[in-house]
Amino acid sequence: MTASESGPVVTRGLRYAFGEHVAVDGLDLALAPGEVFGLLGPNGAGKTTTIRVITTLLPAPPGTVTVAGLDVARNQRRVRRLLGYVPQQLSADASLSGRENVALFARLFDVPRSDRSDAVAGVLDAMGLTEAADRTASTYSGGMIRRLELAQALVSAPQVLVLDEPTVGLDPVARSGVWDRIHEVRHETGMTVLVTTHAMEEAELHCDRVALLHRGRKRAEGSPAELMAALGDEATLDDVFRHHTGDTLTPGSPAEEGGLRSVRAARRTARRVG
Amino acid sequence: MSVLPAAPPAGSADRFSPAAEVALLVRRIGAMCLVELQKLRHDRTELVTRTVQPALWLAVFGTTFSRIHAIPTGSIPYLDFLAPGILAQSALFIAIFYGIQVIWERDAGVLAKLLVTPTPRAALVTAKAFAAGIRALVQALVVVVIALLLGVGFTANPLKLLAAAAVVVLGSAFFCCFSITLAGVVLSRDRLMGIGQAITMPLFFASNALYPVDVMPTWLQWVNHVNPLSYEVDALRGLLIGTPARLGVDAVVLVVAAAAMIVIASALLPRLARG
Ligand SMILES: Nc1ncnc2c1ncn2[C@@H]1O[C@H](COP(=O)(O)OP(=O)(O)OP(=O)(O)O)[C@@H](O)[C@H]1O
Ligand SMILES: [Mg+2]
Repeated sequence: MTASESGPVVTRGLRYAFGEHVAVDGLDLALAPGEVFGLLGPNGAGKTTTIRVITTLLPAPPGTVTVAGLDVARNQRRVRRLLGYVPQQLSADASLSGRENVALFARLFDVPRSDRSDAVAGVLDAMGLTEAADRTASTYSGGMIRRLELAQALVSAPQVLVLDEPTVGLDPVARSGVWDRIHEVRHETGMTVLVTTHAMEEAELHCDRVALLHRGRKRAEGSPAELMAALGDEATLDDVFRHHTGDTLTPGSPAEEGGLRSVRAARRTARRVG
Repeated sequence: MSVLPAAPPAGSADRFSPAAEVALLVRRIGAMCLVELQKLRHDRTELVTRTVQPALWLAVFGTTFSRIHAIPTGSIPYLDFLAPGILAQSALFIAIFYGIQVIWERDAGVLAKLLVTPTPRAALVTAKAFAAGIRALVQALVVVVIALLLGVGFTANPLKLLAAAAVVVLGSAFFCCFSITLAGVVLSRDRLMGIGQAITMPLFFASNALYPVDVMPTWLQWVNHVNPLSYEVDALRGLLIGTPARLGVDAVVLVVAAAAMIVIASALLPRLARG
């Protein structure tokens, strides 16, 4: 096994099809320990599908995806232990309190009983939710719910944090709130972060490296600065995005590629964010 | 900035010893059941509103049919005969909603998030079955109180009451997992609602909940034989009002059916998450 294959997340020629429709087509990724890696791309590019394969939600053929050197096809449960996952939708349980939401995940990851309440209080505090901890999540704002979900994903001290569009539907203050927490925890624990987004300014600010996906294929990869420099002095990451995905598929036109499904998903998320 | 928890104990391999596997399953079922109880605590109003329907069945349907003596129930008053049937029916109506709830959790990403934890699928399903059972029990309590107010002669034997509670939980567990199984087959909420409606009423009418088996036409008696609801009602009637019942057979059928359904529903859960 080469050094890169024991990296936090490695995919080799990953392909995933829903029936006839190829959602991810020959994707190679190799994340470095401790980095924030951004998966960019228009609606329907295959970002969520890639993440669902990496997180064991969709089956991967043996030899295509490893997490911390473990083949996800053969070590599902061990891989799940290493991951913290926040899905695209707002998924905290509205009928539970913040603390109950997090305590559940502490139990599901076998955080020992004696440390549990400290661990739960610790992540809630790190996410700025101490005051709201005992209110039901139905009273939370969109930004608070996202931070609550981060707390759920972090209570098990994951090696890899996987976030699917963590800031969609959030206002600028809530967005930076979420990112600030992610960076704080990363500095403290050295975990690796895999994140999808279509917000280019966010990718530029917060990702060490990005890969640009379009129709299931990787079109570009590198640090935001490298990608922009490659296109010319004045280029922004938005230009890079347009250059590689074509002008017809701007990040603002969800209906083009993702179809009704993505639009519905986006609406649903937006509605839940309120 | 607070201190984050240290890394959990190193995860063991995917294949554990059978004992460790069982211990993990039990721990996870415990964690998931706890959270279902917490959810119940937070929506008590729903527990109350759900009792309206069985109350109406007993108070309106039950008392009316008692007076016109339309259904031959031998020496026992019709209301007494009916009350265990309504208990089972209300449990059925609660449990059959769980498939829809699981689809909702799929759409909201909750299911995906739970599946990306080291938790056996069977633990997630068993906890739902448990939650359905607890909900049904709370409702059963209300139905029992209403029935007592209407003069139904229930047993006061605590052991029989406890056994009846176990029967309600088993029946609910079966129908909850049956509903999750349907969800895993049809995958969409709209289709499940349609199928749920198309199935629940026939299950209820093709059982001994409203009338004794011997008044049914032969073909319906056959349906009745494969309908777990009938075994639930038979056991409840035997325990609560002392009619002759095949308690042993009822118990075996309910336990086996519930266990089998938990296994089937667990197997379909990943398909549901993928859909
Ligand atoms: N369950 C599914 N069944 C069938 N097709 C699917 C399913 N999920 C996704 N797809 C299709 O696969 C393709 C990639 O979808 P995916 O959700 O991975 O895109 P994405 O990059 O995450 O998009 P978005 O930015 O809208 O979230 C799309 O064309 C989508 O319609
Ligand atoms: Mg997506």
